[in-house]
Amino acid sequence: MSKQRIVVVGNGMVGHHFIDQLTNNHSDQFQVVTFAEEKQLAYDRVMLTSYFSGNDLSLTTPEAYDEKGVEYHINEKVTGINRQEKTIVTESGKEVAYDKLVLSTGSIPFVPPVPGKEQEDIHVYRTIDDLDDIAFSAKSSKVGVVIGGGLLGLEAANAIKQLGLETHVVEFAPRLMAVQLDQEGGDLLRNKISELGVTVHTEKNTQEIVQGENCRYRMNFADGTFLETDVIVFSAGIRPQDHLARVSDLSLGERGGIAIDDHCVTSDPDIYAIGECALWDNKIFGLIAPGYAMAKVAVSHLTSQEKSEAKTFKGADMSTKLKLLGVDVASIGDAHAQTPDAQCFSFVDSAAGIYKKVVVSSDGKKLLGAVLVGETSDYGQWLQLVVNDMALTRPAEYLLLPELDDEGASESGVDALPCSAQICSCYDVTKETISKAVADGAHDIAALKSCTQAGTGCGGCVPLLTQIQNSELAKLGVSIDDSLCRHFAYSRSELFDIIRVKNIRTFDALIAECGSGDGCEVCKPAAASMFASLWNEHVLDEELVSLQDTNDNFLANMQKDGTYSIVPRVPGGEITPEQLIAIGEIAKEYKLYTKITGGQRIDLFGAQLAQLPVIWKKMVDVGLETGHAYGKSLRTVKSCVGSTWCRYGVQDSAAMAILVEQRYRGVRSPHKVKMAVSGCARECAEAQSKDFGVIATDKGWNLYVGGNGGMRPRHADLFASDLDDATLIRYIDIIFMFYVRTAQRLQRTSVWLENLEGGLAYLQDVVINDKLSINDELLLQMEHLVDTYQCEWKATLDDPQKLKRFNHFINSDKLDDNVIFTTVRDQIQPASKAEEAELV
Amino acid sequence: MTTETTALSDGDMSGKDWVAICQLSDIAKNTGVCADFNGEQVAIFHLFSKTLGEQSEVKAVGNYDPFGKANVLSRGLITEKEKNYHIASPLLKQEFCLATGQCLQDESVVIPTYNARVKDNMVELCAKTAATAVEV
Repeated sequence: MSKQRIVVVGNGMVGHHFIDQLTNNHSDQFQVVTFAEEKQLAYDRVMLTSYFSGNDLSLTTPEAYDEKGVEYHINEKVTGINRQEKTIVTESGKEVAYDKLVLSTGSIPFVPPVPGKEQEDIHVYRTIDDLDDIAFSAKSSKVGVVIGGGLLGLEAANAIKQLGLETHVVEFAPRLMAVQLDQEGGDLLRNKISELGVTVHTEKNTQEIVQGENCRYRMNFADGTFLETDVIVFSAGIRPQDHLARVSDLSLGERGGIAIDDHCVTSDPDIYAIGECALWDNKIFGLIAPGYAMAKVAVSHLTSQEKSEAKTFKGADMSTKLKLLGVDVASIGDAHAQTPDAQCFSFVDSAAGIYKKVVVSSDGKKLLGAVLVGETSDYGQWLQLVVNDMALTRPAEYLLLPELDDEGASESGVDALPCSAQICSCYDVTKETISKAVADGAHDIAALKSCTQAGTGCGGCVPLLTQIQNSELAKLGVSIDDSLCRHFAYSRSELFDIIRVKNIRTFDALIAECGSGDGCEVCKPAAASMFASLWNEHVLDEELVSLQDTNDNFLANMQKDGTYSIVPRVPGGEITPEQLIAIGEIAKEYKLYTKITGGQRIDLFGAQLAQLPVIWKKMVDVGLETGHAYGKSLRTVKSCVGSTWCRYGVQDSAAMAILVEQRYRGVRSPHKVKMAVSGCARECAEAQSKDFGVIATDKGWNLYVGGNGGMRPRHADLFASDLDDATLIRYIDIIFMFYVRTAQRLQRTSVWLENLEGGLAYLQDVVINDKLSINDELLLQMEHLVDTYQCEWKATLDDPQKLKRFNHFINSDKLDDNVIFTTVRDQIQPASKAEEAELV
Repeated sequence: MTTETTALSDGDMSGKDWVAICQLSDIAKNTGVCADFNGEQVAIFHLFSKTLGEQSEVKAVGNYDPFGKANVLSRGLITEKEKNYHIASPLLKQEFCLATGQCLQDESVVIPTYNARVKDNMVELCAKTAATAVEV
């Protein structure tokens, strides 16, 4: 059977979601062709503001589409549909036939007909191109105005503010976010935003834009007042992008929008419309969740044998929760109390800047809607109450008084949700799906996210997700106790704080303070690691030696036959010929197997315990130091050669790698930490697979965090862009110490970051804005570790007491006669049991 | 009979031949060493904690890890679970009871144990305790 050709016009979030859904499950039946008017494939428009913080917003890549067999054309606008021939034509004259056509053309910003609106530094806010234009204008500007105080307008204001301009918001209505908020909520939001330095002007009707005196432009308002500005961004609402449908004679709504039925089919049975361009029941849905829902409905209709059994679109809840200029705002259901006889209750804490309003049915039994400003933790619970039409168990006013809400109440809230309750609206994940995933073994949030997709869209449902998970785990009898082990009823991060605050330096003291018994394989090495991270005393000191795990215990990596491998530090992978020769001579003398490691250094295998000190004596004598390959600590900082030699290099990556490696060498952490520095965007050092990755730009350095290779590869997230040397080091210092302080035992940065509530954005807030006011302390801690660094092997060689342990026998100088080698490819190797029998 | 011996008492082993191995201070608290005991490799551990009344105790088991097939147990980590002391192999972390030699993860595996004591600050070993004679 030949494949049906599906042409998707528009590669925004919804168009992409449609393609994703179709190709994930039905790739064998369909050939997909998509056209994007923009110069890149789908990106996350919801997160548009974070583009300026350097976030990669891409939702897909050309490679991903290639792999799925999706044919894509970017920068290619579709200009006409020939419905009889079933073809489309593009601006450049391409003609492509379709079996089914999907219109996901989105919307266009509405610009009111104000005289003077068409000038150089006047923009709209919808695409990455718009952002680039705004940023370009901002370079030569001091003041910026956003026209429109709705949701998108405030996002745009945030962008303007981030660009360092004096920021104003001009709104026609008497309050901000007039659609979602009531007057009181709007006023509170206005106060909070004003505190952040954004000036809000309400009830202003812009009459004209003329040349300014002190700034580029002057906006004259209907009430006779005016405002001068250099940049203007229109964000006065959106209109469905229905031009293509209009010229093709598809049915439209009176005020625009492509009319669709419950299956998202337009007036032409071979054409679907989804997302913001579509009009269902005379309504446009300008949010992402309904757009995704339409995409699913269209896929279902396209792939169902029995069309009557396909999913239908039944409208969507327009509740939203978001952070605007750092202020949490949410609106649920009937926020304006338009239901007849609805009652309202509100709670205002002006000092804390919190406003909550609930709208309940006349009998007080059902929640109909709510407004939340300043604090939105109730959003998930309340949304479920509204969407599932659930009866309130207590009088509605109790909803507003969290302190009277005894513990357990919120748990029962989750339990009371029906199985069919949609928890994640972005990916349409129900409570039932989540419960099942937990039962099948998804016992942490990261696992739950990866197997259900829930919480990976806007992230608004994560708190609810966590509650459901905890409740399900409790039902399964799985303890969600995060005690470190049987000896300590505290998590690692709690213990870390106890050790830090009470200045505890020995395991005995720690047990006496907050533990019991004598310790085990879990808590002893964890305590050793925390002591090292805080106090940096020699790990073989009398009080610490008994806590060390296998490798730390003898400052070398134990191999399968009980011998050790030795790795001297080679900072940044840079090594002199003399050092190379010295390492070679030592390896030759002690007949060690040598291998180049993945971290750009040399591993020497096959040394017996008693040989470690003599070998290290020789290493130290030629200026080599320990590489900490045995520690849960910084391993290596891989680098490329950088701008000193490379034709493409833009920064000296080798020098930066050496600087970074020498700064963090020996810093012990919850798990091993790998870093890399690349000298240009070609990324030869593979920095994006490291815990900390640094990539040179022509302006400085981009910092990536949370990457991982190994068993569960993860691309690192871009943390910040174009940093100078000092800021780069400062950020790494803080992130590193924050990880050391808060991670679980043996948790790599990748998993730590995924489990961090609030994720990357939260980490950025902590590090860049010092949200928790702990950065000075973290920096001091790191400074202490840097200042107290010592080569553990050099210190060991200087201490006869420590050296005493480095003998196979306490009462003899003999070596272990069970260590037997064979020779393979001119080097030693542990003998197999059969070979041993022959050799002995 | 049990294999337990402490610094204070050498129990009913007094009639046997004890061999001096090293000074007690040669073994850091809560770590082990390996002794050459008439050609056999024996791992000796020095237990010391509040739980044990701040008194040194020594325990001895074979140094050979039957899972990792290497002489490494003296270099393992001592663990305590409900007042039972085990040595966790540094290779694959199986735990062996210091009193009985019983492996915690695989009940079919028992390693040899030895009588050990401290006398005049010297650590001494005595004949191997047959694994079959161990009271578990």
